[in-house]
Amino acid sequence: MKARVHVMLKNGVLDPQGEAVRHALGALGFDGVNGVRQGKVIELDLAEGTTEADVTAMCEKLLANTVIESYSVELA
Amino acid sequence: MHAAVVVFPGSNCDRDLAVAFKSAGAKVSMVWHKDSELPQGVDIVGIPGGFSYGDYLRCGAIAANSPICRSVAAHANRGGYVLGICNGLQVLTETGLLPGALLRNAGLKYICKTVGLKVETTASDYTSGYDAGQVINIPIAHHDGNYFADDETIAKLRGEDRVAFSYAENPNGARDDIAGILSENRRVLGMMPHPERAAEAAHGNIDGAALFRALTGALQTA
Repeated sequence: MKARVHVMLKNGVLDPQGEAVRHALGALGFDGVNGVRQGKVIELDLAEGTTEADVTAMCEKLLANTVIESYSVELA
Repeated sequence: MHAAVVVFPGSNCDRDLAVAFKSAGAKVSMVWHKDSELPQGVDIVGIPGGFSYGDYLRCGAIAANSPICRSVAAHANRGGYVLGICNGLQVLTETGLLPGALLRNAGLKYICKTVGLKVETTASDYTSGYDAGQVINIPIAHHDGNYFADDETIAKLRGEDRVAFSYAENPNGARDDIAGILSENRRVLGMMPHPERAAEAAHGNIDGAALFRALTGALQTA
C-alpha cells in the first residue's frame, strides 16, 4: 500500500519561497496570482496493514515539524 | 571542563568549535553521530554548524533523531549543558530541547557576514562575560536562520529572560530579532551566529571568545 503525505507551512507562517514564485509568475505576465504557498509531497511505500494512525505518528515524529508545518495524509 | 563535540555527516564547524573549547581550557572529545553514549564525565555537549545529513527533509530533522541525540537529550534533561550553533540550533529545536523552528531566510539568500549582536541577558553561564546590552560582532553563515515561534512562545521567552542574543539589524526575518535562546534552566543555548569563528586573534575578531571563557570558568568552579 501507499500513502501520500502533504506537508505545508501553516497559515500565518511567512513562505518566502512561495512569495518569490508569485513574483516570478507576475514577471512572466501571469496576472491575478494572489498568493503562492509551496509545500512538499512525500510518498511512502508501506507494508500491508500499516494504518493511518501509523502514518500520522510518522508525520508527528519526523515528516512534519508541527511548530511551522501542517500535514495531511492520503492513503491509496 | 570536559566538552564533547558531536560530528554528523555534513558537519563543518565541528573542529572550529573544538578549537574554541580547547583554547578556553576545556578537554574535548569528538563524538560520532552513530555513537549512542556520550563519554563519561562530559559537562557540555557542543552541536556544531554545518549541514547535517545534507539538510534532507528539514535542517536538523534527521540529526535530531540520530542515536547520539537521544543521549544529548538525556544529558540536557539531567541538567547538563548543551551549546548548539547554527545547524546546532536547528537540531536543538527539532529535538524539542529549545522551542521554535528555523525558517528559510526572509530574503531567500544564504547570508555570510559579520553582524552586530545585542547581548540580551548576562544571566547565563554563556553570557556572563558580556555586559547587558553590549553589541558584539559575530559572523553568521546560514540559509535557514529565520527564527519562528508563536506569539505565546516569544512572550514566554522574553518574560523569562531567555533571549540570549538579538540582531542589532535583523538580517533574516527572525521574529523579534531573535538570534539565540536559552532553555528554561539556562543551560542549553542555541544560536545562529558563530562565536567559534570570532574567538582568536587570527580570526580578526575575538568577540566570541568571552562566551567560551565564561563557560569554562563557570563549569570549572561548579
